[in-house]
Amino acid sequence: MATQVPVEEGVFSWPSDDPRLLGSRCADCGTVVFPRQHGCPRCTGSDMRDTELGTHGTLWTWTVQAFPPKAPPFIGDADPATFEPYGVGYVELPGEVKVEARLTESDPEKLSVGQEMELRIVPLTTDDEGNEVVTFAFAPVS
Amino acid sequence: MDDVAIVGIGMHEFGRHDGMSGQDQGVVAVRRALADAGLRWEDMEFAFGGSAAAGAADTMVSKLGLTGLQFINVSNGCATGGSALFSAVNTIKSGTFDLGIAIGYDKHERGAFRVNTRASGLGDWYGKSGLALTTQFFGMKINRYMEEFGISHSTLAKVSVKAMKNGSINPMAWRRKPLSENEVLESRMLSYPLTQYMFCSPGEGGVALVLARADRAKDYCDTPIHLKSAVVRSRRFGSFEVMAPSLALDRAAGPTVDASAAAFEAAGMTPADMDIAQLQDTESGAEIMHMAECGFCEDGEQEELIQSGATDIGGSFPINTDGGCLANGEPVGASGLRQVYENVLQLRGDAGERQVPNDPHTAFTHVYGAPGISGVTILSR
Repeated sequence: MATQVPVEEGVFSWPSDDPRLLGSRCADCGTVVFPRQHGCPRCTGSDMRDTELGTHGTLWTWTVQAFPPKAPPFIGDADPATFEPYGVGYVELPGEVKVEARLTESDPEKLSVGQEMELRIVPLTTDDEGNEVVTFAFAPVS
Repeated sequence: MDDVAIVGIGMHEFGRHDGMSGQDQGVVAVRRALADAGLRWEDMEFAFGGSAAAGAADTMVSKLGLTGLQFINVSNGCATGGSALFSAVNTIKSGTFDLGIAIGYDKHERGAFRVNTRASGLGDWYGKSGLALTTQFFGMKINRYMEEFGISHSTLAKVSVKAMKNGSINPMAWRRKPLSENEVLESRMLSYPLTQYMFCSPGEGGVALVLARADRAKDYCDTPIHLKSAVVRSRRFGSFEVMAPSLALDRAAGPTVDASAAAFEAAGMTPADMDIAQLQDTESGAEIMHMAECGFCEDGEQEELIQSGATDIGGSFPINTDGGCLANGEPVGASGLRQVYENVLQLRGDAGERQVPNDPHTAFTHVYGAPGISGVTILSR
């Protein structure tokens, strides 16, 4: 089986049996941001502590990416003949933050605001060394 | 702020111009603006100019004339034109100079904007994973708004129908062919709920505006148009903006709300005082939401206003009379100045076939863009 590598280190914990998105929490005002950053966008403080985000939330809004994004920067399949549309949405993680993510579902009939979602790690492409590059996404909770 | 007036306007046709650089389109706009004011390049005491993708504006002096003027490049994303105008206005207000020019032009490759995630302060993973598309944000913002405030797909389509109708009678516009509501709804779905004909396209074009101290404006033109306010605002914590990997739980008003409120306050006016408006319509949903964000209606009232034709050229409050971004495309550096150009034409009564019939005395412009920035101007005759 191909080795799985994250699309970028420091965005989500990987490899892991319990992968989490890696965010920051402001020690002064408690604001949570994703991905990690050094300054607080709310109180402008700079004492940000690493935090692992929750894996379940609700869909706040969504769309479907129906045409291939330009490559670069996109590294997934951008060939118009084989491109697979994917959902994109903001998932509200209770008490933390709303995270923008790919969705595993791309059928408008099966997506709705308020729907329960959970974190997944999904394949994106295969790199030159034959590794499977993975990124994060949210899937509807069935 | 009654002390600055627009005394000359010039535009290079928006669209696709193969073989012509973006800067050359800017130069054409400058020459047309100078001719409109009856002035020469050597009369300009200062210039602010910019493009997002077509090079440094100040190098155009080699084509216009090496007069030694103060020329400052402006680069501020989608608010580049608005920022050039803001800077020019304050240069005159400060008393530093009396007469100058604001210039914006651009030339983009075909298709959706290719985002440089590093330059935008984002990690490479964001673009690699397929999230760095402005189109996704617009789809997500209007999708939630439609559900919250009862906006129909038909109303989304009618915004595009109006834009193409207005564009069809605008000789400067890129899209000159009217479209039916069905054609808009049945075109390819790009970012649900937005179809191909509900989106504007990155394009090409240039606009220049000659500005002067208001007390000398009559020396240059018969109908000087007064700049009552020009405001640029960035996003606050909690607002929902393009290119945001995460959003705060509590939502705050966006930069459009802030810029609009500040512009009305500076002008000593209210939304009810405006006769026409040019609003950022990157896609048809944006025009709908910006109507409320700028203060022209309550959330949800757009459904009735647009269905009844209130925002048409002959309606009670005409919006995007030149066809907006939808019919003109979006050369980022020029887009905000295009809106001002159109408002000057309308206020002078020179808009030809698309002249609004309500004898406008006041006019409003609004641009919005990445990474959550808005520019607003208020003009009066």
